Amino acid sequence: MIAWIDTLIQGVLLGGFFALSGLGLSLSFGIMHIVNIAHGDFLVVAAYLCLVICGLFGLNPLLAIIIVIPLMFLFGYALQKTILNKGVDGGELSPLLITFGLSIILHNLLQEFFSADAKSLDVGAFEVASLNIGPLHIGWLPITILVTTLVVYYILHQIMESTKFGMIVRATVDDPEITSLMGVDTKKINCLGMGLSMTIVGIAGTLFGIKSSFFPLAGGLQLLFAFEAVIIGGMGSIWGTLLGGMSLGIAQTIGYRIGSGWGEFAGHLVFFLFLLLKPSGLLSKETQHA
Amino acid sequence: MLLEIKELKAGYGEIQALFGVELSLEEGSTLALIGANGAGKSSLLRCITGLIRPTGGQILYNKKNIAAYRPYDISAMGIAMVPEGRRLFPSLTVEENLIMGQCNKREQEWTLERVYDLFPPLKGFRKRMGTELSGGQQQMVAVGRALMSNPRLLLCDELSLGLAPVVIKDIYRTLETVTKTGLSLIIVEQDINQAIAASNSFLCIREGEIVLSGTRENADRNLIAKAYFGN
Amino acid sequence: MPDTPQVKSSFSWQIKKPIAGPIILALAAVFCAVFPLFGSTGTLRLMNEIMALMIMAQAWNLLAGFTGFVSIGQQAFIGIGAYGLFVTSIETGLNPFAAVFLGGLAAAVVGILSAPALFRLRGPYFAIGTWVLAELFRIVILNTQKFGSGSGLTLARVIKTIPREYRTSGTYWVALFLTVFTIFLVYFLLRSRFGLAVRTVRDNEASAESVGVNILRIKFIVFIISAFLTGCAGAISYLNTMFINPYATFSVEWSALLIFVVIIGGIGTIEGPFIGVLFYFFLRETLSDFGTWYIIALGLVAIAMMLFVPNGLWGMVSKRFNINLFPTGATVVMKKG
Ligand SMILES: Nc1ncnc2c1ncn2[C@@H]1O[C@H](COP(=O)(O)OP(=O)(O)OP(=O)(O)O)[C@@H](O)[C@H]1O
Ligand SMILES: [Mg+2]
Repeated sequence: MIAWIDTLIQGVLLGGFFALSGLGLSLSFGIMHIVNIAHGDFLVVAAYLCLVICGLFGLNPLLAIIIVIPLMFLFGYALQKTILNKGVDGGELSPLLITFGLSIILHNLLQEFFSADAKSLDVGAFEVASLNIGPLHIGWLPITILVTTLVVYYILHQIMESTKFGMIVRATVDDPEITSLMGVDTKKINCLGMGLSMTIVGIAGTLFGIKSSFFPLAGGLQLLFAFEAVIIGGMGSIWGTLLGGMSLGIAQTIGYRIGSGWGEFAGHLVFFLFLLLKPSGLLSKETQHA
Repeated sequence: MLLEIKELKAGYGEIQALFGVELSLEEGSTLALIGANGAGKSSLLRCITGLIRPTGGQILYNKKNIAAYRPYDISAMGIAMVPEGRRLFPSLTVEENLIMGQCNKREQEWTLERVYDLFPPLKGFRKRMGTELSGGQQQMVAVGRALMSNPRLLLCDELSLGLAPVVIKDIYRTLETVTKTGLSLIIVEQDINQAIAASNSFLCIREGEIVLSGTRENADRNLIAKAYFGN
Repeated sequence: MPDTPQVKSSFSWQIKKPIAGPIILALAAVFCAVFPLFGSTGTLRLMNEIMALMIMAQAWNLLAGFTGFVSIGQQAFIGIGAYGLFVTSIETGLNPFAAVFLGGLAAAVVGILSAPALFRLRGPYFAIGTWVLAELFRIVILNTQKFGSGSGLTLARVIKTIPREYRTSGTYWVALFLTVFTIFLVYFLLRSRFGLAVRTVRDNEASAESVGVNILRIKFIVFIISAFLTGCAGAISYLNTMFINPYATFSVEWSALLIFVVIIGGIGTIEGPFIGVLFYFFLRETLSDFGTWYIIALGLVAIAMMLFVPNGLWGMVSKRFNINLFPTGATVVMKKG
């Protein structure tokens, strides 16, 4: 019994991370209609960026995140402005193929500059410290990640619902043509949207580097996890992604419990089951409105 | 002249929709643009607002050729449109839809209060989603949204589409009070009488070309019918 | 085969005489067939690699270029084809050259089984879904002793049963057969009424449906054919190296490679993948002293093509000189919506 409660708790904690990285992906789907294949690789890039910054200034990664975030924002903005906005005119598949190209280039560049060896971000004793409640040991790091995730969701929700920027973004998603008639440069909104997505990637990437070791090719799986969180949760729904992330986390944790090699498998399987049985996901936009 | 269009050609990829359109509009006056389905009325308005880029000709607004300008720049120069089919933002409330009009950051003449005074029924629906309103109310929001961008020139594409005659009358009466403040207007309508009655002059467009022009006073129904339908 | 296939309603396609391409191809095939008599083993190996990639690229192109289905999980079929070959010939002692086709069949079966789930995903989502499929199989293999787990399998014992002089050339002939087969299959598929329907689906699903084309069935058939060919090519590719492991075999880099090749060469044409494959091997052989930079270069070229020359190298050539070796009536693919 205790074992299963423990599994559930660990699953939710793990899911917190998937929900965070899924949120970044969800944003670029939702706002720019871009399926960012390089999403996971950008996560890894953020981790390396943090590593470099920590090395340069001797900072703790949790502090260096303050530098990582604006850099990732600028990176996202520039990427959208220089490349992705041009590709968008060719339909939704051309950004997909372009980001796929970027992904492969990043793999190889990271390998050239940082070698294929695994690296990690060191936060000292905090990494293993845990909260003990009776027989349960809950790591402070996963708790921090989960709390961060919830805070980021809350802030994003506020931005979208209560700011003028959020209103313009929603209008752009609804009808970019009419939005441009209102005097809005929608391509710029896309740039800001990608900047926002990359901001989240910056946070998630740093946390990823702290919680596990990373290497140049680590991004692929992270993309799949984020993607699964989005699909399980339901496309176009931010809160769905949060639930989707949790579900994926729990599925994986149960999988690991069954056999150490089967965690990811269980997650993929749940994803496919959702496609077959409930393709609209837990909270799709349609069901929300109904 | 507030707006002068010369030899305007435009289309959608391979399909050409406008074949050398000529038009001129005095500041403060109202022009009716009439024509059958597919004549090119909406295409002309889309050209003026920058939604489609002309392949030839000039659009002189305030003597400045805006033919290659982007929609958001054109909006900032004071041209607004009430699009065909209203196209409110479905995930925005009525009030947010109206506020969107202010994104072009022109000097404020129009405020939410003024729009609500103009269309009193909207006041009770401020927090409702735009698409939850009746057709007539939605059209009011669409007009209000365009006014909120403080235009000098307002383009209205088929305001009366799908609305009851009473509602249409209402909206046109409201527009009349607005034009008294000096706003210039181009109205596109299928209903010839409605359009001509509301304007100083009219243009008839067929297959992407202007085939007849005139003023309200000298409008000849037979000539118009001929121009409208072709032989 | 009629020169102008007609379909009811307003669809009619003028297709030029289909002669030049097939004749060139037939001549090339005859030359290639006798090539092992004088080519070195090293050259044959390289040729095998080229042909395997060629088949994969054609199969991806068939799927994406002609139906709009973009897959980035072709490594699933490559891996299953390869493992299909390794496992059957190691377990049953079946001739590995024959087992290539079993590998292809295995991939086709997986395609059939996974289609109901994958087809629920549209456009880009389909792309990632195929990748997840590949991951599923990679994990199964990693956890199965019989499949060599993480350390992989080797064909060394099996290959000893084959006379030395046929070890590489056998693979070569199978590869050559499959390459020619693939090109003819794709070519005639697309010139047939079926091909017409396929293109209609790609260009406009609604209008395809309105002329009575069963969209789902067409997508399904193309998907399975593509899976089969990719499975065969995967089998050839690893028969050529004799060694297999789940990391390399199920790597997404496979999909990247063949997509780059198709985009650079020209999506939606039969000639495009040819040019793209040659371009890739040219780049790889000339930049081989600089580590992985040739992949980076390839990726950059592909992105630039995507942005500025969406019809690829062959598109440029064919427009400039107005030539079309394999006229299928297929045109640009990157349409909106
Ligand atoms: N998005 C589009 N793509 C291609 N062709 C279009 C598009 N929109 C309009 N057209 C074509 O351009 C021509 C003019 O259309 P337009 O919409 O300007 O007509 P209209 O006068 O506004 O008609 P209606 O009264 O029906 O609104 C038509 O032949 C139409 O088929
Ligand atoms: Mg119209």
